[in-house]
Amino acid sequence: MSALAAAPSLSLQWSDWLDLLTHYLTFSVMSVGGVISTLPEMHRYLVEHQRWLNDVQFNASIAIAQAAPGPNLLFVALMGWTIGMNAGGTPLALLGVLITMTGILLPSSTISYLGARWGHRNRDLRAVRAFKQGMAPIVIALLIATGWILASAHKDPARDWPLWLLTGATTLIVWRCRIHLLWLLAVGAILGGFGVV
Amino acid sequence: MSFTLLALQGFGGVLAIVQQELVERKRWMTKEEFVEEWAVAQIMPGPNVVNLALMIGGRHFGLPGAIAAAAGMLAIPLVLVLLLALVYGQYAGHPAVSGALRGMAAVAAGLIIATGIKLFAALKNNPLGVPVCVALAVASFVCIALLRVPLVYVLLGLGGLACVLTYRKLRP
Repeated sequence: MSALAAAPSLSLQWSDWLDLLTHYLTFSVMSVGGVISTLPEMHRYLVEHQRWLNDVQFNASIAIAQAAPGPNLLFVALMGWTIGMNAGGTPLALLGVLITMTGILLPSSTISYLGARWGHRNRDLRAVRAFKQGMAPIVIALLIATGWILASAHKDPARDWPLWLLTGATTLIVWRCRIHLLWLLAVGAILGGFGVV
Repeated sequence: MSFTLLALQGFGGVLAIVQQELVERKRWMTKEEFVEEWAVAQIMPGPNVVNLALMIGGRHFGLPGAIAAAAGMLAIPLVLVLLLALVYGQYAGHPAVSGALRGMAAVAAGLIIATGIKLFAALKNNPLGVPVCVALAVASFVCIALLRVPLVYVLLGLGGLACVLTYRKLRP
């Protein structure tokens, strides 16, 4: 529990919350290729500049969101939550979630919605078709690369080979069979929980 | 609209599950359509999966559908993740909890890789032809996974190249 003992204790003013909101609005616009790509900026702002989170809290937010079912971007909500907790408790934590999530979603969603609508209306244009079909091999490769990066977070082959095996087995099962994916996640949690992998 | 909401709440929102639901179970779209929409969601700023929900919801039901889809995508997982954070705060030191997180992360990695492999089938009808597609895909994979080139450069560089090649292949 050393992480909690070392947690910063904050007293935040309205101007601080506003600052948080404007920063997340900016992160949102910058987040081409996924929110995860703004992670270094968030670390600079939250941990190094404002000192609203410590390193352990920052990393825990990401780890929990990665492991939880749901979009990875929920690590943003967890950061808002933890800042609020550091500042004094659950009501402020909920405020933190509201602010960070609004900030990260509003600008990008507006741009994406309008952009996609434009693209759909003009879907017969040669340029639009070229873009969509040309990007197809790239985005498929990106998916596989993302999975690869997640798996290779475990670097020590001698100790971590069961995790690699689990990733490989999952890949084969999902590729070849039609099984609901939540079952597989549950199996992973059980195997991990009992220390098998 | 409420159908979208329910449908999207049913799953957690990992892309692997989105693909399974939309393409394989509900058959709302083909693999090719899915990849095309995904390409757009990827290039736009913001969380990809939420973008995808916005686009598909908006396509079928307009703005309310888009908002419902995005909310459905986020609401339940948000509650879950906050609960998980509370639990984690209590039991962070417990080895079973961190072990379970590791196990789930390993499975999640496999899910994502398998989704990518399945979507490869969508490239059969690509105007670039299969060999060029595979070459582009391998190059992207090497850049991102092995060389760790920032995503933006890969999207602009290889992505741009792919778009130009496709543009020349398509009939005016």
